[in-house]
Amino acid sequence: MSGRNVIRRLDWVSILIFVLLVSIGWLNIYSSTFSESGTSIFDLSQLYGKQLLFIGISLASILLIMALEASFYERFSSLFYIIVLLLLLGLFLFGKTIAGATSWYGLGFFNLQPSELAKAATALALAKYLSDIQTDIRRRKDQLIALSIFILPALLIIPQPDPGSALVFFSLIFVLFREGLPLWYLGVAFIAILLFIATLMFGTVWVAIGLSLLIAFIYLLKKPSVKIPIVPMVGIYVVAIAFSLSVNLVFEHVFEQRHRDRFSLWLRLEKDPDKLEEIRKTIGYNTYQSEKAIESGGFFGKGFLEGTRTKGDFVPEQHTDYIFTTVGEEWGFLGTSAVVILFTILLLRLVQLAERQKNPFSRMYGYGVVSILLIHYFINIGMVIGVLPTIGIPLPFFSYGGSGLIGFTMLLFIFLRLDANRLKEWT
Amino acid sequence: MKKLVLSSIIILIGITFIGRLSYLQIFRFSRDQVLEDPAVQPVYDYPERGYIYDRNGELLVANQPAYDVMVIPREVTSLDTLEFCSLLGITRDHFIKRLKKAHTYSPRLPSVLVPQLSKEDYARLQEKMRKYRGFYIEKRSLRDYKTTAGANVLGYISEVNEWDLKNNPYYELGELTGRTGIEKQYEEILRGKKGVKYIQKDRFNRVIGPYKNGSWDTLAKPGTEINITLDKELQEYGERLMVGKRGGIVAIEPSSGEILAMISGPTYEPSLLVGRQRSFNYSKLHNDTISKPTWDRSILAEPSPGSPFKTLQALAALQEGVITPETTFRCYNGFYVGSTKRGCHCGGGLRTMNSGIYRSCNAYFAGTFRKFYDNYETTDQAQDVWEGHMESFGLGNYLGYDLPTGRPGRIPGKEYYDRVYGDGRWASTYVISNSIGQGEVAATPIQLANMTAAIANRGYFYTPHLIKSIADEEIQDQRYIERKYTTIDPEHFEPVIQGMADVYEKGTAKWLQIPGVEIAGKTGTVENYTRIDGVRTQLTDHSLFVAFAPVHNPKIALAVYIENGYYGARYAGHIASLLIEKYLKGEISRKDLEKRMLEKTLDHEYAKPYSGEEFKINEYVW
Repeated sequence: MSGRNVIRRLDWVSILIFVLLVSIGWLNIYSSTFSESGTSIFDLSQLYGKQLLFIGISLASILLIMALEASFYERFSSLFYIIVLLLLLGLFLFGKTIAGATSWYGLGFFNLQPSELAKAATALALAKYLSDIQTDIRRRKDQLIALSIFILPALLIIPQPDPGSALVFFSLIFVLFREGLPLWYLGVAFIAILLFIATLMFGTVWVAIGLSLLIAFIYLLKKPSVKIPIVPMVGIYVVAIAFSLSVNLVFEHVFEQRHRDRFSLWLRLEKDPDKLEEIRKTIGYNTYQSEKAIESGGFFGKGFLEGTRTKGDFVPEQHTDYIFTTVGEEWGFLGTSAVVILFTILLLRLVQLAERQKNPFSRMYGYGVVSILLIHYFINIGMVIGVLPTIGIPLPFFSYGGSGLIGFTMLLFIFLRLDANRLKEWT
Repeated sequence: MKKLVLSSIIILIGITFIGRLSYLQIFRFSRDQVLEDPAVQPVYDYPERGYIYDRNGELLVANQPAYDVMVIPREVTSLDTLEFCSLLGITRDHFIKRLKKAHTYSPRLPSVLVPQLSKEDYARLQEKMRKYRGFYIEKRSLRDYKTTAGANVLGYISEVNEWDLKNNPYYELGELTGRTGIEKQYEEILRGKKGVKYIQKDRFNRVIGPYKNGSWDTLAKPGTEINITLDKELQEYGERLMVGKRGGIVAIEPSSGEILAMISGPTYEPSLLVGRQRSFNYSKLHNDTISKPTWDRSILAEPSPGSPFKTLQALAALQEGVITPETTFRCYNGFYVGSTKRGCHCGGGLRTMNSGIYRSCNAYFAGTFRKFYDNYETTDQAQDVWEGHMESFGLGNYLGYDLPTGRPGRIPGKEYYDRVYGDGRWASTYVISNSIGQGEVAATPIQLANMTAAIANRGYFYTPHLIKSIADEEIQDQRYIERKYTTIDPEHFEPVIQGMADVYEKGTAKWLQIPGVEIAGKTGTVENYTRIDGVRTQLTDHSLFVAFAPVHNPKIALAVYIENGYYGARYAGHIASLLIEKYLKGEISRKDLEKRMLEKTLDHEYAKPYSGEEFKINEYVW
């Protein structure tokens, strides 16, 4: 296939949103890291200058990705996966420690973070394994192998320690659901999370009462013709209560105080104003400051480079994980909602693209891409606006960081390259 | 189904985020965010408070510098507490307590640690201040009084409290505001407007430049000086006369409504409420619940008006045509209400209006009052007409002068008596005590002075006021330059004024004449009661006097009220006479009279109800 054809068949909607997100992201990085000394935007001693270089490298990597045959990615996916695992292992020996986490290789002017590259490689490997005709996702053994493909890198990343990045890999379970893993797994997980939250917020007694009422309602409202057997219902009830009790046990005895604090902050469990003030100054500092900064933007925002809290560096990590607060403070609700809408459109578009693939490998990889982008976007913004506990992972295309930006760009554009090839089969 | 799960999750997340963001940025957003923005710190520039002068341009109130030691708790680093405390002249416990309190208020906003240092303490502290991070000295301006008098009129300033902070967004903790009197009434004029610079800071609280390039900053607007209508000399003289007496005096210039003197006894020196001793002195004054020096009797005391009120009865009866000045009533050393006899001290005999006034005959006015009521078909009608006349003299309601406190006095209407006795179950005999100013009527000294000014003007008055000019501009306030007409026609005033002049010529104040000045006046002797151990006990009468002079072209009208000063011509009459002479002639010719008033006190009278023993009232001893 000629290069001209590739360009014609590329999905320009996704590319346009990509360009918008990267540009807006850079503007906000510029705003949150610039100082009034008045240097050029290409100044590599400044973070915004460096980020501009990373954007350049990302664009170059896009050209490389486009230049290669689509089949290349399927064929070499196992190799990428193995290389990435080796890189992750190598960190234990040669890793560079920044801010307490040994997640980088020092390469002179640039620090490479292999966990960022592992995301794309793992998505490729998972797609490759699942699309194999030998694999049947309904088989328990194959399920386990599929799970271990993304649990393995996660296990290597956890001890860095970088539990946030490790968590990302679990999002690939969406690919399995799409490919036939029974959906009730998801339902059970969802109910377990609900029970977990409800137990922390209201206590086991109220959970038990609530569940009893729920079951009573089910029996009252069902059609007389429908028979719901009593025994399994009681069984489920008992399991749920046991789970709720174990939540208490784990929360009180397995979690450490800092974990408990994060949850009590997230679920607003603490009512004592003195302790609240204490939390605000310690573990809740980031969340409190980021919420306040976003709130202070109002509807229209304070304007580009006018964010007082941004300028005063009140929000820690503002150019990386908390970059969204700059959007909130300087661009207001108009800016934040625009970014949310852009991400929503991009993700929906990618789902649509994935579904139109004839090649199962492409479809599964597409789902992997959506899963990884979605969980980053969900956890990052959720954390920044205070609806999720603090988990430090970057906002795709936005946050400062070379490995991240290049990793996300490759992740996305490999899929767009595959999509451009969807009409042509390969063997 | 499977294909839709991921898409629905994406949409659900989008909706959740936008919902949360609109809550944060639209619902919870408020415009005053800049004030709680930790990155923006306002720095204030306080202008000097305006000076206060008297009507002749004499300086009453100026300013002196004072120095507050301020603290920003979160900037405090470890320090040598002992040395610092000894510099400040406070104990370590006190220091720690104050610091904790400041921290509770706000870790990042300045609080006052030690208020109002003297100049000497400031000089010692200033050079060492740099050693102590988080502390600094804020210069403030305190009042410097150039008079010992007029505390009740001038009022005082003090630090804003939480209530002020909540109700007026202008103020910040540690700032000063007018608390009472003129200082409160003209707060905004005297205060001016502080200037503010917004400074941008980073999270280490380092200054990184002006906020928005200073486009929000404002310049300080200096306080404006004002002249008040008081006559410094008269006020000071009046307060000297009031030493040892309780009561209130108000003197008004009838031709303008300007208040020349406003005296309350006992009083205090205004400088007591300035500086570090302020709260100690204030508690002492405020806790004196027996003599109540902070209670301004000239505008808050509401005694029965007594005999001066009779003049209004005469005017109302003339206006309604129920009597002429020649109508006579016979006094039988008293008069009868039904079968009860009420006494009179006039000596008895046939009374016309003239002798009725200058001899203060109760029987004459009771008779007039009856005639007045008999003129109408119903008592209700009569009461309405009567009430209208009385209220047209500024009685029975707030006068509207420019001080933040006041009392309405009382002119009872028909509703009042309907409530007390029941509708249709009372008649003129029930309310006849009002005719001699006892009964249910009540008036503050300033109302009595204003009433006298209205008589002096032959039928109108200007709302009494204290403001004369602001920044040398004569006031143009409609409230104070508009004549308020009474309901009495001018021609009815002459016979009444003649009677009042005869009070001095041949009546109850014969001994109080001022050589060369024609005065019109009226004495009042007001019965009063208190409760001692739950028993209603009569005390020595209140001494009351109203007067204006000269009779033609009056320059001063005043009311003097002396608690338990016995009959009207005694304390009140003496003081009124001295004040008129002082104001009109500048000096006192009757030195013995003056000496008596300066030396006599009524402390023995005020001690009686608290003595726990039986006591006599209305004793003739001087």
